[in-house]
Amino acid sequence: MKYETTIGLEIHVQLQTRTKMFCSCALGFGEEPNTRTCPVCLALPGALPVANAEAIHFGLLIGLALGCDLNPLSKFDRKQYFYPDSPKGYQISQNEEPLCSGGELGGVRIHRVHLEEDAAKTIHSGGGGGRILSSANSVVDFNRGGTPLCEIVTEPDITSAEQAGDFLRLLRTTMRRIGVSDVNMEEGSLRCDANISIRPSGQAQLGVKTELKNMNSFRFIERGIRAEVARQEGLLRAGQPVVQETLHFDPRTERLTSMRSKEEAHDYRYFPEPDLTPVSITAEMLERARAALPELPAARAGRFEQELGLHPDTARLLAWRAELGDYYEEALATGAEPVPLANWTTNELVQRLGADADPATSNVRPAALGVLVTLVTQKKITAAAAKTVLDKLVAEGGDPTAIVETENLAAMGGADELAPVVAAALEAQPAIAERIKNGDPKPMGAIIGAVMKETKGRADGKEVTRLVREQLGL
Amino acid sequence: MTAELIALSAKAAADAISAGELDRAEYFAAYRARSAADELNAYVWISEEGGARAAPVSGELGGVPLAVKDLFCTEGVPSQAGSKILEGYRPPYTATVVEQLTAAGTVLLGKTNQDEFAMGSSNENSAYGPVLNPWDRTRVPGGSSGGSAAAVAAGLAPWALGTDTGGSIRQPAALCGIVGLKPTYGSVSRYGMIAFASSLDQAGPLARDVTDAALLYRHMAGRDPRDATSVAHPEELVLPSAQDLAGLRLGVPEDLTGEGVEPGVMAAFEAALAQAEALGATVERVALPHADYGLSAYYVLAPAECSSNLSRFDGVRYGLRTPADDLTAMYTQTRHDGFGPEVKRRVMLGTYVLSSGFYDAYYASAQKVRTLIAEDFARAFERVDFLVTPTSPGVAFELGALTGDPLAMYLNDYFTVPMSLAGVPAISLPCGLSDGLPVGLQLAGPAFSENRLLDAAHALEAAFGFDGAAVRA
Amino acid sequence: MIDREQVLHVARLARLELTEEETERMSEELSKVLGHIEKIGELDLAQVEPTSHVVAVDVALRPDEPHRSLPRDVALAPAPDVADGGFRVPSPQA
Ligand SMILES: [Mg+2]
Ligand SMILES: [Zn+2]
Repeated sequence: MKYETTIGLEIHVQLQTRTKMFCSCALGFGEEPNTRTCPVCLALPGALPVANAEAIHFGLLIGLALGCDLNPLSKFDRKQYFYPDSPKGYQISQNEEPLCSGGELGGVRIHRVHLEEDAAKTIHSGGGGGRILSSANSVVDFNRGGTPLCEIVTEPDITSAEQAGDFLRLLRTTMRRIGVSDVNMEEGSLRCDANISIRPSGQAQLGVKTELKNMNSFRFIERGIRAEVARQEGLLRAGQPVVQETLHFDPRTERLTSMRSKEEAHDYRYFPEPDLTPVSITAEMLERARAALPELPAARAGRFEQELGLHPDTARLLAWRAELGDYYEEALATGAEPVPLANWTTNELVQRLGADADPATSNVRPAALGVLVTLVTQKKITAAAAKTVLDKLVAEGGDPTAIVETENLAAMGGADELAPVVAAALEAQPAIAERIKNGDPKPMGAIIGAVMKETKGRADGKEVTRLVREQLGL
Repeated sequence: MTAELIALSAKAAADAISAGELDRAEYFAAYRARSAADELNAYVWISEEGGARAAPVSGELGGVPLAVKDLFCTEGVPSQAGSKILEGYRPPYTATVVEQLTAAGTVLLGKTNQDEFAMGSSNENSAYGPVLNPWDRTRVPGGSSGGSAAAVAAGLAPWALGTDTGGSIRQPAALCGIVGLKPTYGSVSRYGMIAFASSLDQAGPLARDVTDAALLYRHMAGRDPRDATSVAHPEELVLPSAQDLAGLRLGVPEDLTGEGVEPGVMAAFEAALAQAEALGATVERVALPHADYGLSAYYVLAPAECSSNLSRFDGVRYGLRTPADDLTAMYTQTRHDGFGPEVKRRVMLGTYVLSSGFYDAYYASAQKVRTLIAEDFARAFERVDFLVTPTSPGVAFELGALTGDPLAMYLNDYFTVPMSLAGVPAISLPCGLSDGLPVGLQLAGPAFSENRLLDAAHALEAAFGFDGAAVRA
Repeated sequence: MIDREQVLHVARLARLELTEEETERMSEELSKVLGHIEKIGELDLAQVEPTSHVVAVDVALRPDEPHRSLPRDVALAPAPDVADGGFRVPSPQA
């Protein structure tokens, strides 16, 4: 029997505001514990929350970027649970009336987008290694507590681990593009839970789902989902039921462990937050969010593909990595041809700089790359010579035209200049010349190679081929 | 000498101080000495002798001592909300309303006893012992602002801050024979007030007369950026001056006068209505068809919010902790040991009504009743200027009389709860005696009608001529 | 009516230890109060909107401007148990 997989994601994005969601403490990053707290985020008796206007603005930006309906009147609710990282004994979140609902990104429907506050950090101390299960005491640091979070919930539209990874990469790049978060999974500013179920192909009813919690890298998410899908399939094939539960994936051991606690099932006892009034979205707030919305990666990829004729993969690569796309568009402004420039950017340049480097910070100015590619497309230099120029640009920057000049890398002027070199090559290898003359095209490469060597790559391969045939009377 | 000072109203004292006719330190010392000799258990903390020196030299209220209900946070000063779970807790910040009053010139005299977390109608639910009623020390002062009411009535403070969630200013004011104002919800900041039920809690003044109440309230009101539910009062607040009630229409809610009102209270109430008519008011019956459901809705909403608000008392960041090896045991034992019986009851009730499967039947329904009650009030205020009721169905009862019967205790709030649910302002002023104990008259007006409400109360006060001087002796 | 089992369930949710005697009494007292609350059931509320905020307020948002946080020793001062600059608790998963 074949099975199909259904995945829905719940993503928490830490917003990059200056202050926390409901108090004026500056957001904490790596400070000494408990140095970013106040009566509100410590939940001292009598303290009251007031929502951060910028967090609402960021929430609206996210809603617009994901094509959501923005709720004209959204409300905060209290989600109650006792835990040392939750100082009030409840989290202020949005339950009944989220900030945004509906929407779509990269073919995955968005169910809802809402704002809430992050929990504090519980540092497990004692018991040596600091592993959760062995320690008897924990220490709570409230610096992170109250950081604005945007929770994005997808519909169960995802059918594979790869698609989940792709969606998250697009989501990350979109969040970066609109500037609401640094979306760094390793640092926890993007966190993802996955709801996973499988069912026999063709069956209408969804299978029992499990929740995979707190995965902190794209690779682990894909591996975790694959492991969980395999586990569920194993159970079903063995005639055993899948039990609804929350699981933790350990990327080191590839093992899934149940996080089911001894406690009774959660009963969050949601009710409307009486300390906060409903958030009504004014025309000004909406206008400001619309004005702040840049071109989004998905739209940019479409534009690259349709208007510039780029291959879909290349278009996506440039659009997904906004810094690469920005660099490309700046280079394009020199009048370089879009397709070769895109290839030079995504292949030669990225190879030389490293996959994660921001080209804007390299020695190669975008205009320099544009000019270089134009030299190639205008046949002023050969591709091989251009690679030499690019090496030089990467190493020390500069102007490609000047480098071509000083290094004497300009393409050979044409037949006059090249013909004697070709003739010399044929003369040096008479056996090969003979074979070509007899109609065997394979050894042509050897002649071209010899000419290239002689000219330091400045010869045009096609011209060499033409001259060989001419000189051999073919 | 002291007797003369104590006889001054707060306004008279403030005027005398600013005119240079009264020495602020001497005035403060007189109150401090009386408070230190407090036999009513009205205070849980009293300021140092030199408390007056911290006071600013200017401000309309320059140098007038202020008693503050324990649940207002005061930096470095015990703020325990009458609870054992906060025993010895000294917050690192001060409630907005106390800051405002300090800026206006008042000096913190002491923190007053109260029912634990403001839950109660008799002040018997304090971890620091009951407060005695200065009119009869075998009786309760009412609650939850019982310490504030008793202190003002007994001349242990010129005036005091209280909070009212379902009657906690008005009922003790009535039972102690003083004036208590529950302002429009949102007109006074709740920041720094240890919360009972956030959507109902409102700070207000307890004072010897209506003018003092108006003066204190004038400096309490105002929009606070730290309280998202606070609103600017749309009118400038002025001191009352009315001498009569000419042209005013008073409404007696026919649905709110039911059984259970003591005959002596009813008699005083009816006499008060007659005096109102003599002052030029007309009195008519009005319908508040859903007011009778107020208590039911209140005892869903307030416990629900309290169960949530009190979740922060978990033994982690402040207050009592009962040590235990595992976290859950630490939580449950700390909360068992730190909360008194009434608080436990309401936390349980509130948790129950919010728990899975019960929300719609209880919480959502109670919110709908709230809508109906607010609409009832809006309709009534189209016909009349103010609603009038007895503040409490009875006079001060004996200590221990109702402690075994929570429901009977809750019925004390029968007349005061609807106004809290509707968010409208209401004032209680003493209108007479029943068996030698004060009876309170409640006047309620539309939202933000405080100026007119205090004016009417001012005219009535003069007509009633109620004299509480005897218990200040 | 709220029976003993429900009382214990709610007490667990509320993180409230109850003695045997408190449990007994709670069941009685809460049942009585709930009996009074049932009065709401007399009303037809199907068409009524719930009220969370009784006084209309404009949206009160806060500008995103940092204010000074509490000094750490002040934040930690009232805590019953402190270690390593933080609030120490028995480990949640212990
Ligand atoms: Mg969440
Ligand atoms: Zn803070």
